[in-house]
Amino acid sequence: MLVLFCSALFIFFDHKMASFDTARGYLQSLVSPLQYMANTPKQLLTWASENITTRKHLIEENQQYKINELKLTQKLLELDIVKAENNRLRSLLASPLRVTTKKMVAEILSVNNDPYSHQIVINRGANDGVYEGQPVLDEKGIVGQVLHLGTTTSRVLLITDLTNAIPVRIKRNGIRLIATGSGNIDRLTHNFVPHSTDIRQGDLLVTSGLGGKFPEGYPVARVTLVDQDESRPFAHVVSKPVAEIDRLRYLLLLWPEKKTTIFASKPKTKKHTVKKVTLKNKGNH
Amino acid sequence: MLANNGIMILFTLLLALMLTIMPMPISVDAFRPDWVLIVMCYWSIALPTKVNIFTAWVLGFIIDVLLGSILGVHAGAMAICVYIAAVNFQKIRNFSLWQQALIISILSALYHLITFWLEHFLINVPFQISYLYPVMSSLIIWPWAFLLLRKVRRHFLIK
Repeated sequence: MLVLFCSALFIFFDHKMASFDTARGYLQSLVSPLQYMANTPKQLLTWASENITTRKHLIEENQQYKINELKLTQKLLELDIVKAENNRLRSLLASPLRVTTKKMVAEILSVNNDPYSHQIVINRGANDGVYEGQPVLDEKGIVGQVLHLGTTTSRVLLITDLTNAIPVRIKRNGIRLIATGSGNIDRLTHNFVPHSTDIRQGDLLVTSGLGGKFPEGYPVARVTLVDQDESRPFAHVVSKPVAEIDRLRYLLLLWPEKKTTIFASKPKTKKHTVKKVTLKNKGNH
Repeated sequence: MLANNGIMILFTLLLALMLTIMPMPISVDAFRPDWVLIVMCYWSIALPTKVNIFTAWVLGFIIDVLLGSILGVHAGAMAICVYIAAVNFQKIRNFSLWQQALIISILSALYHLITFWLEHFLINVPFQISYLYPVMSSLIIWPWAFLLLRKVRRHFLIK
């Protein structure tokens, strides 16, 4: 009886009041050796499979990488030009320049097997500067955000989890939506989409940057189903995450630039400071 | 709990915890047996004086932390299942191996249903039949786990 009461108490405090966040961090770091240990057989297997590959296979892979690198450097050059141009245009418009963000690569430690929630554990924690709510992506698109922190590990909530929602916009025309997880690994749902919305199958949804958690413009999902049944109050829209959520291995952690608004442009603030200085000078006189 | 080689109990439980979070291919992952529940049930039937509901609760709590679910969900479910096993330990001991396996599968079903009910109540998860796949695998695993754990108990003279 006491035990049941205890768990009821824990459930209440953890779920409704979220009062265990710091304690959870400690517990998380406490059990991290167990997670590392459970992960070793898999690591051994991957190590073995990576070491026991044939020479021919390696040469082929190497060639493929070389071709890829060539293509990517070419794209990078283009990107540099476009970036410079974009910065010039932005300075013309007096809006803040985009700063390059800090990035860090993380590896998945163990895929969580609780069927009720979609979470993964990564091998970066508070010691590496990870913070709660940090955006996590892979090479294709947004994967999720950091949920709980440990010292050397942390837990990532995937975008497909039931309790997760992420603000997105349609890349084609900029209409804003919210992508909610459905609990299925290959499905996101969109609630409250009016029938008149211009949305089509195959539209790419990118982060809108609203809400301040995710940086703007990263791909999230592709629309797979639009059912504009007039008998229902809203259109039924379903999309599929761009990132291959069931095949994750290496992830990218992002440190977004400091929040900037369109109104706080650089020249204006300079003027303000100048004015203040002159006022102060007057006061001194 | 630690007297008379009781440390082996802790070791088996730790192993069960590790098997619970070990990464597996997605297709097999849904069939992962409830290792901790199986090991807990064995010890509570074999040595009810050493392993009690509180141990079960603590282990369930560790599972909660490991899986990142809401704290207390697995703890409560584990405590209830082990309570049922511990109260009827004399009956269950006298059953044959396959009868025991049936009872364990029923306990495992109860365990998963309790966690599902709690999660449904808290965050509205929809029911999927795949949540009950571990019941089958637990049923198949139990006889082997039972024989292995009995061997461990006899070899290390855990009383």
